[in-house]
Amino acid sequence: MTVIDRLDALFPPDRVITDPVRLRTYECDGLTYHRATPMVVVLPETTEEIAAVVKVCAEFGVPFVARGSGTGLSGGALPRSDGVLIVTSRMRRIISIDLDQRRAVVEPGVTNLAITEAVRDRGYYYAPDPSSQQICSIGGNVAENSGGAHCLKYGFTVNHVLALEVVTPNGEIMEISEDDFGYDLLGAFVGSEGTLGIATKITVRLMRAPEAVTTLLAAFPNIEAGGQAVSAIVGAGIVPAAIEMMDALAIEAAEAAVACGYPPEAGAVLIVELDGPAAEVESQLAEVIAICVGTGSFEQRVAASADERAKIWKGRKSAFAAVGRISPAYIVQDGVVPRTSLGEVLAGIDALQVEFGIRVANVFHAGDGNLHPLVLFDDTAPGEGHRAEIVSGRILDLCILHGGSITGEHGVGVDKARYMPRMFTDADLDTMQRVRCAFDPGGRSNPGKVFPTPRLCGEVPRVRKGSPGEIF
Amino acid sequence: MLGHTGVTVREAGPGDAVGGVLPRWVARPESVDEISVVLAACADADLAVVPAGGRSKLGWAAPPERADVLLDLSLMHDVLEHVAGDLVVRVQAGIPLARLAEILAKAGQELALDVPFPEATVGGTLAAPAPGPRAYRYGNARDLLIGVTVVLADGTVAKAGGKVVKNVAGYDLGKLFTGSYGTLGVIAEATFRLHPIAADRCWLTFECEGWEDAGVLMRSQLEPSAVEIDRPAVGMSMVAALFEGPAARERALVARELLGGGEVCAESPPWWGRPPGEPLHSLRCRVAPHIPDGVSVRGSLATGVYLASGPADLDAWRSELPGHARLVGLSGEVTGDRWGPNPSLPLMRRVKERFDPGRRMSPGRLAGGV
Repeated sequence: MTVIDRLDALFPPDRVITDPVRLRTYECDGLTYHRATPMVVVLPETTEEIAAVVKVCAEFGVPFVARGSGTGLSGGALPRSDGVLIVTSRMRRIISIDLDQRRAVVEPGVTNLAITEAVRDRGYYYAPDPSSQQICSIGGNVAENSGGAHCLKYGFTVNHVLALEVVTPNGEIMEISEDDFGYDLLGAFVGSEGTLGIATKITVRLMRAPEAVTTLLAAFPNIEAGGQAVSAIVGAGIVPAAIEMMDALAIEAAEAAVACGYPPEAGAVLIVELDGPAAEVESQLAEVIAICVGTGSFEQRVAASADERAKIWKGRKSAFAAVGRISPAYIVQDGVVPRTSLGEVLAGIDALQVEFGIRVANVFHAGDGNLHPLVLFDDTAPGEGHRAEIVSGRILDLCILHGGSITGEHGVGVDKARYMPRMFTDADLDTMQRVRCAFDPGGRSNPGKVFPTPRLCGEVPRVRKGSPGEIF
Repeated sequence: MLGHTGVTVREAGPGDAVGGVLPRWVARPESVDEISVVLAACADADLAVVPAGGRSKLGWAAPPERADVLLDLSLMHDVLEHVAGDLVVRVQAGIPLARLAEILAKAGQELALDVPFPEATVGGTLAAPAPGPRAYRYGNARDLLIGVTVVLADGTVAKAGGKVVKNVAGYDLGKLFTGSYGTLGVIAEATFRLHPIAADRCWLTFECEGWEDAGVLMRSQLEPSAVEIDRPAVGMSMVAALFEGPAARERALVARELLGGGEVCAESPPWWGRPPGEPLHSLRCRVAPHIPDGVSVRGSLATGVYLASGPADLDAWRSELPGHARLVGLSGEVTGDRWGPNPSLPLMRRVKERFDPGRRMSPGRLAGGV
């Protein structure tokens, strides 16, 4: 009896995939340069089915990886060739919507945008908005604690998930909720990148749509001036829904791809979105425009309609894909720096471009210091990929040096696990490992992600022994 | 005492009791290293430790099974780093929130937590969170916490998160320790996201009989920061909504029109954000709750999180509440089961076993002996 035999017995044939050609579909997520073919893929339709698969994995000591839409950018859903890939794409029901209590209960395969679409006509929405929101799954958002452009004001997935039903790595079905008295297990689970179990039902907060939304595009001669505007806006006590910045190279790429019509002579553009009660938005918009002009902006466009707003956002949202037009290959980084260090870090990135002869396009969530440097290279040119890797790593070093983080929203996954020791000490990582061991003593839930070569759960750090008498 | 460590230690007195359990000593560390030294020494001697801050909630939850050392963090009261331009502050856990608020106000900023007890410290607010009105807009302590340094029962010093708001590297130990009541270790330092102090604040208050669902306000686009009810044991209830921002007063006036009455004022009502009395219970309920005779309730109609006070048989009360509701006895005499159901208890136990296998950190303060 093998794992596959057992799964065949549990599921109809169309929901267990072992055909090598079909397995190829699942060999990577949005981070395409890490690939592995899973031993088997299962397509469960219920929580109980997921629990059954996980129990089979426990019985055979086989690892499992959960996958939603596979849009992650850190290889969090990279399969294991010796393991089971559990794909939640058939779990797409919105189970309930309660507008009075402003909450919805959904299955993990539901897309992020589908939640908003289900309530938009009644004036509500789900706030976290990763760029992939049309296709990314809410289960994946929970695993990665996804952000998005608007998390500057509204927070991340963890601030909008109210309860979860999870299948633990032992195959138990458990509920964790913000209502639980005691440890914030919900907060620990969200963002654990699939290493603590699989979320099978997700209760999310719905928000009342704001009365007014306004979007401003401001063009600056250079990125320093744009950065000064960001600091001044925040310093004025304004919390915009989003503040995004793109540099000249990113603007060039976006223009080539989607003809977004940003001012061609701009060295940087800033997109500032304000939302809230109309009276508040109006007064803050005037203040933001004055700040931009005062810091050197030579052109400001305010979207007068939803269409115009979409047009402004189009350039920003297509930036990653657009870079493909000006470079055969690229690496996306996701480092974060304190807002006040933005200028220094960007200057540091400039210096790296010169030192290594590698171009970097900068697209970032300026309001919260989350950089998305796109490190461009030609994968057919000998050595260029390697140099791009080095530049990429050096950018993360810069972020850490300035007190930031190696990842703001994409997650650690397989991609950045090796950088974790640059940000955390062994004691920090061992302490996180205690959480892992509490949930997953067998280390079967998405192993190899987040942590570099973790200690096994049986291994206990040294135990101190001494004589009580001499202490007090 | 503690001769080789240099940490200040004194004999405990009656005022140091935790839920009626008198510890033997009070240790007063002044740094993360000193906390670590004390905990390592306690590990060697198998002494149980209860961390304490402003002691405003030290009597909350169950009494510890045992307590040898009260770890008093009140000497760790410094702001370590406040970069106004980043809207971030890093502090030692023993700083009282009131003092922190004074310091931040000088930069026009605040930690957007309304704390019902003025002497409460940062550490105590994380370990034993209490609801505040503006949690509806800004979230709870766990939502504003972005980094933490903790010391475990064996003296291990570990940090998680950092000093940037947006950060998904590694597990969020800060959140895990939120609500831990000292049972996982000691919260030594914390880093928070700050907010600019609102340009203007305005309250709309109105009287009602019994309960009010405030649905009109919640369905509007006026974006109140808080909607609170004060439902006393006897007499009329009062509802108050807070509006913050440049157009606070205009919005409060529109809200008054929507509701067909009420009073608009620049000051909060006297009961705003204050606990209703003793004994104190935590009530979470998303619909109008049944309230037993003699019990008063205050809290958020927007989040369904309340503090209740008065003599009550908690088991009997629970049986009158909807299935999703949670009722927990926080302080004072408890009749019936203090905790009620907690579906995640098995996971809590497993976490406790990994963090504190020797059961030395505030043992037994939470449900199920955790």
